[in-house]
Amino acid sequence: MNDEIKIIWLKFFNWVMGNGPRPENEIIPPELPPDLPFTRTPDKKHSRFHEITISERLIQWLSLHGLHVFANFYNILSIIVCLLIIALMLMTVADLPPFGDFHNPANNEVVERYIKAGARETGAENIVAGMILDYRAFDTFGESAVLFTGAITVLMILGTSVKKDKSELKRLHLKTHSGFEDRNFLAFAPSLHIYRDDDAILRGVASLSIPVIIIMGCVVIISGHLTPGGGFSGGAILSTALILCANAYGFIKVHEFFSERTFIVSSSSALSIYALAKGYSFLTGANHINSGIPIGTIGDIFSAGLILPLNICVGIVVAGTLYGFYALFSEGEI
Amino acid sequence: MLRVIFAGIFLLSGLFILGTATFGIFRFSTMLNRVHVAAKCDTLGVLLILTGLIIVSGLNIFSFKLFMVLLFLWLSNPVASHLTARAEVRTNPNLYDTCDFFTLEELKQDDNN
Repeated sequence: MNDEIKIIWLKFFNWVMGNGPRPENEIIPPELPPDLPFTRTPDKKHSRFHEITISERLIQWLSLHGLHVFANFYNILSIIVCLLIIALMLMTVADLPPFGDFHNPANNEVVERYIKAGARETGAENIVAGMILDYRAFDTFGESAVLFTGAITVLMILGTSVKKDKSELKRLHLKTHSGFEDRNFLAFAPSLHIYRDDDAILRGVASLSIPVIIIMGCVVIISGHLTPGGGFSGGAILSTALILCANAYGFIKVHEFFSERTFIVSSSSALSIYALAKGYSFLTGANHINSGIPIGTIGDIFSAGLILPLNICVGIVVAGTLYGFYALFSEGEI
Repeated sequence: MLRVIFAGIFLLSGLFILGTATFGIFRFSTMLNRVHVAAKCDTLGVLLILTGLIIVSGLNIFSFKLFMVLLFLWLSNPVASHLTARAEVRTNPNLYDTCDFFTLEELKQDDNN
């Protein structure tokens, strides 16, 4: 008894001090020789009087035709499920109120207020702009912030992992512009986006259309409170011009006037201006009485109080974010 | 009445050409052939259909907008087809199995010979 305790204590002591048995010192039992053939019982299937049971027949039949049967069954089941869903949807449609009826729940006092007093209260000829940038400006601020947060997150995940060597890129850029044409090299170039910018046809069309697109985007943004359009659509048009420029002339050309730093500075300052302006408007009661911001005459460019600067802010954020997504996903950096 | 007849001729021929393009897209097997059919027939078909619509509406701001649409489609459609074909040539490693193409240097050498 005493010796056993001593042995256990010794083992424990060795284990604590790290002197215990190592895996390389373990005795591995020798592998047993494989079973000899005559020790196996003969398989029942191979016996001479074996009959195929029903379960084995089923397995054989399934292995031959199972996929076919499953495909047919799947088709039938999917058709049934689709018909059920269609029936449910049509039943729901039958329960909807009639379209355009005056007593619909959507035609309540909110809509009436927007239509009757929207132009007088916000100064915007475009009722939708008055709604999204004046009555519900906080919601629009959230949407712009969501876009900006998405772009920043993608930038955090994709942008900082691998920084490309700029000198190498510029050397290749020069090489493509000096008429470098080799079929094998072009066919198996590892990173094809470098050679995207050597296309004369695309460049000609881009030089014609980019100024028109930029003017169009600016007009849509600036006259957002007068005509249909506004910050979101105008910003999308501006980002189209940036993407076309990047495809025709290369990302390096765009990088000269729209870099990562430009994107972050312009987007965050636009969001901050939005937040400050609208916060001031909310603090003073959000009813344009005490804020001191003039509404102006309805229909002018400089009218409608805060809607024009807010449209410009939203347009800057949307343009930068959409181009940033494109550049990050195709190039890995802005 | 004469205007409607002219416009109808233009519209019907445009529809015929667009239908031919649709048929050709499904008829041909390789990608470059399909791009060829789609680009050429789209350009001509859109020209004919929009010309027919301009004839129907007469000279006003609406026909000017239609003309701008025509201009935009003529700018964008050939460029898009060109870029699609170029991407196919650059990225398809098995291109030689279906068609033959030459670089500019090879063509110049052939001319010299």
